[in-house]
Amino acid sequence: MSPAPGATAAPVRREFRFPPLGVYGYVCIAVLLFWLFAALFAPYIAPHTESAIVTGTSFAPIGDEGLLLGSDYLGRDLASRLIYGARTTLTLALVATILAFVLGVVTGFIAGIAGGWTDSVISRVVDAFISFPTIMLALLIVSIFGTSLAALVCAIGFIEATRVFRISRALAVNTMTQDFVEVARARGESLWWILWNEVFPNAFVPLSTDFGLRYTFSILLLSALSFLGLGVQPPYADWGSMVKDNMTGIFVGAAAVLLPALAIFTVTLSINFLVDWNLARAQKDISDELVK
Amino acid sequence: MSALLRIEDLHMEGRRPTGEWMPIVRGVSLEARRGEVLALIGESGAGKSTIALSSLAYARPGCRFTGGEVLFDGTPVLDLSLEQKREMRGRRVAYIAQSAAAAFNVAHTLAAQITEGPAVHGTMPQAEADTQMVDLARRMRLPEPERIGRKYPHQVSGGQLQRLLAVMAMSCGPDLLVFDEPTTAIDVTTQVEVLAAFKDVIRESGAAALYVTHDLAVVAQMADRIIVLYGGEIMEQGGTDQILHEPRHDYTRQLMAAVRPPPRASGSGADLESSAQPPVLSLQGIDAGYGGVKGGKPGVQILFDVDVDIPRGQAVGVIGESGCGKSTMARVISGLTPSFEGEVRLDGKTLPPDVKHRDKKDLQRVQLVLQMPDVSFNPKKLVAQALGRPLEFYLGMTGAERDRRVGELLNMVELPADYAGRFPHELSGGEKQRVNLARALAAEPDVILCDEVTSALDTVVGAAIIKLLESLQERLDTAFVFISHDLSTVASFANRIVVLYAGRVAEQGPTRRILSPPYHPYTRLLLSSVPEMRTGWLEDHRATREAEQAMADVVNIGLTGCPFHTRCPLMIPGTCDVKRPPVHRLEEDHRIACHREIGELQEAPGVHG
Repeated sequence: MSPAPGATAAPVRREFRFPPLGVYGYVCIAVLLFWLFAALFAPYIAPHTESAIVTGTSFAPIGDEGLLLGSDYLGRDLASRLIYGARTTLTLALVATILAFVLGVVTGFIAGIAGGWTDSVISRVVDAFISFPTIMLALLIVSIFGTSLAALVCAIGFIEATRVFRISRALAVNTMTQDFVEVARARGESLWWILWNEVFPNAFVPLSTDFGLRYTFSILLLSALSFLGLGVQPPYADWGSMVKDNMTGIFVGAAAVLLPALAIFTVTLSINFLVDWNLARAQKDISDELVK
Repeated sequence: MSALLRIEDLHMEGRRPTGEWMPIVRGVSLEARRGEVLALIGESGAGKSTIALSSLAYARPGCRFTGGEVLFDGTPVLDLSLEQKREMRGRRVAYIAQSAAAAFNVAHTLAAQITEGPAVHGTMPQAEADTQMVDLARRMRLPEPERIGRKYPHQVSGGQLQRLLAVMAMSCGPDLLVFDEPTTAIDVTTQVEVLAAFKDVIRESGAAALYVTHDLAVVAQMADRIIVLYGGEIMEQGGTDQILHEPRHDYTRQLMAAVRPPPRASGSGADLESSAQPPVLSLQGIDAGYGGVKGGKPGVQILFDVDVDIPRGQAVGVIGESGCGKSTMARVISGLTPSFEGEVRLDGKTLPPDVKHRDKKDLQRVQLVLQMPDVSFNPKKLVAQALGRPLEFYLGMTGAERDRRVGELLNMVELPADYAGRFPHELSGGEKQRVNLARALAAEPDVILCDEVTSALDTVVGAAIIKLLESLQERLDTAFVFISHDLSTVASFANRIVVLYAGRVAEQGPTRRILSPPYHPYTRLLLSSVPEMRTGWLEDHRATREAEQAMADVVNIGLTGCPFHTRCPLMIPGTCDVKRPPVHRLEEDHRIACHREIGELQEAPGVHG
């Protein structure tokens, strides 16, 4: 409802309030802080190194031989491996996601702003890659370039970039048709100025939301690759390969299979929840503006 | 006769974004009787539509009923179950929305949607509903009433669609019709036909009607009684003549004062010494359009051979119906839509067609103000940043100097300087439009292009913007190109007027020459279609032969010959539909593009006065 004419607009409010997070929200934050702490300080808090074989017993049960969470199939300390695994998994996925965003946002904005042939060419190439199932494409890239950590990060970054491209392009196209961009173009602003000053500020919230989601997808893709044996290679610990390596233990009910899987589950679920919450918050802001 | 609809002490609330409820309708009581048209007038936010919708027992999302009674034919409808409300809606009370384009589903034929009501309510079998639709379409004077139902919404014109919406509303034979700004979105020449058709239908069906509008001239034609609303309360109510001619309440008087008189050749507007000196901006033989260029022509050509001169420091009005190329002309001048033929000259110097190839000095001299204040600003940026950028970009101002100038610019458009610290969404529509103007003024341009700058605003707010433009134009040596579909607004302050029809200049010249004979036939139609603030005008107008002729057809673009020939009462068969019309050049650079001799264009039947 627009205000009555003649009346001035509502007084300027600048207070910022978070909407209530709820119990689940705080649980999610606690979970993420826990894994973040583990990843950052792994060498200081892990009782053993990630590759040290500390017991002769495979799949030692929880608490056995002084090992907090028991041992894995080679007799390594599971707790230590989970902590180091957090470091590997979360870092690799983060680097891959950042790479995906740099690549995806830059190409997406270029395509969205330039339009015409540039847009068509980039978009069709991206479409071609998107039409592959992610895991197939990842396997293809890894089988060509090997399973070094750099190759893994690049493969995941590239695949996720194709998704980021679509969102960035759509955001850029939407913003570019707005009147305020027309005004900037008529003023004679360069495309770079328009990109940085008009498009980016308006794309920031949706992109940051997508960043969270992409991060969980990257974790899942990385874990999936590791599970298939084409991801992180020994002696490095990462959650996906831990699940695969300890698969045989599932028959003895070992924590060694379930705990890494649980770690992946809790991290992705928590990020997802917080992303949803952030999105709801941003949408509330937007709808407030609209209602006004 | 007892009232069909009686609203008693109605109270409604709307929810603010912060969550609390605030009253939007406060104690409104009214009665509508059969065979009577009751108009609800007021500005946006006055509660007109909200009250009108309450007669369907409907509250829009974010609104709720908090008190009072709505009695329809003696039944309190607010307490009915959803099932019972459904039974009533559409069948006994019908709603005609502002945007017919949005009210029809583009995926179904018109007939399927129009006859859906009787089918759902089970009032008549399909075959009977079909016959009735044809009958109603004929009464609405739609072309080809037997066949129009087979068309899809995009295949008919906006005015026809609006009439079809009325056909749909009538299909169940309702007792009460609710019209919600039904002609606001359509052109003035079409509006006359739609109004006339509505009036016939109301009279013939004997239904009661609520007519919501902000346009007082329309009210004068349609209403028997008027209720003036402000802030959800009734300011004044009475018979149409009394409200229009002897308003008692201050607010009603204020509304009347904001109405621009119909355009007349008063001679007050223009002093024309400057037409002798070379124009600051001139368009020569402009052809422009959209879509990929093939064989030297774009996919859709919008402008055809447009010649227009903009004298320095003067206000030039560009008027025409929607789709006639007004906005495209502004975009061609600013270089956003490069012309593919012809030249844009600034002080005699030819500008590159594309904005990308123009240099900063030339860009600075031509500034553009767009129509929609809500989307003209980056929502993430403060007013200070929006105004500061052109200062920095064109004039190299920074820091304190820039901030001081931003304050000055805000004062120029009659806003307090501390508005610099606000975000666009913290401004009202009128305030945004002022900042929009300030942004153009910041560049200290020679020409400001205003594209429909008042059409998104309420009458009173729009009138204030026009006043501001007038005072700016007097003080500054800036030429204004004022694009509008509203002839009254343009005529009130433009020195010269350019009349566009289907992408071609039909007539151009000094305002008082445009408003007096000889007329281009289209200008004459436009002038005679602007409703006057007197009852009975509509009936008088319909007696003229322009009106008979003009409703015949939709606008043709890009045909050979004169684009207006299908609607022109002076059409010469074999000439107008084949050959491009010659341009008659009269004194004071008054140009008329028509096959008829000037003498034949002198007479002015159908024009008031």
